Amino acid sequence: MSNSATSPAIPAATAAVADGSNVTVYVPRDAAALAVGADEVVRAIQDEAARRGQAVRIIRNGSRGLLWLEPLVEIATPGGRMAYGPVQAEDVGALFDADWLHGGTHALGHGLTEEIPYLKQQERLTFARVGITDPLDLDDYQAHGGLAGLRRALAMTPAQVVEEVQNSGLRGRGGAAFPTGIKWKTVLTTPAEQKYIVCNADEGDSGTFADRMLMEGDPYVLIEGMAIAGVAVDATMGYIYVRSEYPHAIAALEDAIARARAAGWLGNDILGSGKRFDLEVRKGAGAYICGEETSLLESLEGKRGVVRAKPPLPAISGLFGKPTVINNVISLASVPIILARGAAYYRDFGVGRSQGTLPFQLAGNLKHGGLVEKAFGLTLRELLYDFGGGSASGRPLRAVQVGGPLGAYLPESQWDVPLDYEAYVKISAMIGHGGLVAFDDTVDMQWMARYAMEFCAIESCGKCTPCRIGSTRGMETIDRIAARGADHEQQVHLLRDLCDTMLGGSLCALGGMAPYPVLSALNHFPQDFGVSTANADAAHPA
Amino acid sequence: MREGQARADLASNAGARGGDLALQAAAQSEHPAIAAAARAIAAHKDVPGALMPILHAVQHDLGCIPAEAVQPIAEALNLSRAEVHGVITFYPHFRQTPPGRHVVEICRAESCQAMGGERIAAHARKKLGCDFHATSADGAFTLEPVYCLGLCAQSPAMLIDGVPYARLTPKRFDTILGYVKEDA
Repeated sequence: MSNSATSPAIPAATAAVADGSNVTVYVPRDAAALAVGADEVVRAIQDEAARRGQAVRIIRNGSRGLLWLEPLVEIATPGGRMAYGPVQAEDVGALFDADWLHGGTHALGHGLTEEIPYLKQQERLTFARVGITDPLDLDDYQAHGGLAGLRRALAMTPAQVVEEVQNSGLRGRGGAAFPTGIKWKTVLTTPAEQKYIVCNADEGDSGTFADRMLMEGDPYVLIEGMAIAGVAVDATMGYIYVRSEYPHAIAALEDAIARARAAGWLGNDILGSGKRFDLEVRKGAGAYICGEETSLLESLEGKRGVVRAKPPLPAISGLFGKPTVINNVISLASVPIILARGAAYYRDFGVGRSQGTLPFQLAGNLKHGGLVEKAFGLTLRELLYDFGGGSASGRPLRAVQVGGPLGAYLPESQWDVPLDYEAYVKISAMIGHGGLVAFDDTVDMQWMARYAMEFCAIESCGKCTPCRIGSTRGMETIDRIAARGADHEQQVHLLRDLCDTMLGGSLCALGGMAPYPVLSALNHFPQDFGVSTANADAAHPA
Repeated sequence: MREGQARADLASNAGARGGDLALQAAAQSEHPAIAAAARAIAAHKDVPGALMPILHAVQHDLGCIPAEAVQPIAEALNLSRAEVHGVITFYPHFRQTPPGRHVVEICRAESCQAMGGERIAAHARKKLGCDFHATSADGAFTLEPVYCLGLCAQSPAMLIDGVPYARLTPKRFDTILGYVKEDA
């Protein structure tokens, strides 16, 4: 793998003498960059620089979110940061030949990073620092506006902080879109000796990676957001529940928490305010259902992740029976900028009741997959083509699943609906966590519907019957539909009936929303189920 | 299994059930599972909701959570063995038997499917000669499905021993497997 053992080992300090200048090179440490060879690229840069007697300072930043360009290497030049990507270890020699350390021209060059249209057209609020700073550098964090929100919150009363969040219009970014401020207000006004802040970092939806990128790329913003939540509702302890599939995010958070504690950002006297707040990372164990808030709380308590019936709401009786704020990573990480810049600044982005920005995640069969933070109100078509560049395979796009495995499959006729929470509810879809997975015309929607039921069967916690049994019966029914037997029409009718039971009778969103992908596939792509378009329209008038 | 259980009981009966004496006795145990459980308990016993951190610690130590570890953990946390067993079996990440030398987790979720993930899954099964949730005959690789690694813009993706790999093709899969095996 690595050729570092055979390369001449010239220490960087000696090499600096030859050139005199110490060029800063950014190579992301984000898992998405590591997965395509970022560590090998770092070794190659070190070796090549040493061989040429050029001094380089390598900073492992977060990812800019232009994921088709990863590993995206940036060189700091007097004119700004220059982007090169996707860089592989074997490209490094040629890049040095092209004098990339001074912004030289090369086929992999993209000019100034900030000028790349994909990035330039975004409105980065929550992700303002991700990819720019060294994720674990406390000074870098503050130099880029970090801690301003917490400082302001500490100078306010808890009720004022809650009001500020309420006025910002921030709604839960995990998927349910419940107003964050109202949740906080309930916790604030519920008297208790101990209250908790819980961060739901069990980002299990396929097509989503915003939480992971944020935790790896700017962990302090999540820490700051949770500390603000603690100050706002009078909670002294917080837990970040991260899925075990995200080892790099866990490591980054643990490191960041230790450094924040040592710097007095966490602990018994946060920023010298006399207030106490501390954090702990807890690791999940591969159960998708633990992204459901009550199941997550059960897991944190050391139990099977079985969903709780609501009420009581977690805000009143949550973790260990105490009032608990439980929010998604992006919700909590959006709080610092709201406090720093004011509620109105944040609220002015977006449309209608969908205020602020959402980090959309472009995934699946797209040429330019990545993270696009934009105000609500743009359309799927803009994301798919203006940002995503169309399909990766070159074939026409056919269906897009929005909002994870429980989200609807949208056909092209719905790609112009503005992305706002209410508009999506109207078309029986949901924005969820903002992930979108694109499929080209080779997709078999009957298979995808079956997969939705299969996934629900695998991940069901087993507490309620519609989800536990309905999902398995759903798979079997779709298999019978696929057999195109004499009872085909009856089986399609049965599937609709089953979906109706699951929608109305499940305890939580897993069973209650698994019918969304199934029904949307059936309604929008009936031909894949052997149902003629005319029949589908009759059964389900739009 | 029965012998192991008897030893676990012996260890815990060295003192009051679940007490410090029992824990000390467990720590001295010759049985690696009991000793590992004792270490995990000592490290995490006092944190609220200690069971998950303890189970993670045991699995980190031994690669799995053997049946013999259940008894001391249950006693330390004042739970029944059934409750601890119930938690271990609820979570797909926890294993009760040791995996192969390397664990290959292939994503089978929608985004990877959209980019030929099922082709990679079929290729992996053929290449390793085993199905998901099973280990190759030479004991080198255990194949597990995983539902999303958050590498969806570079599908298909997998983790091997916690290291991420993306933009997989059957050829790239073989190359990666080759050097993972060599490194061992």
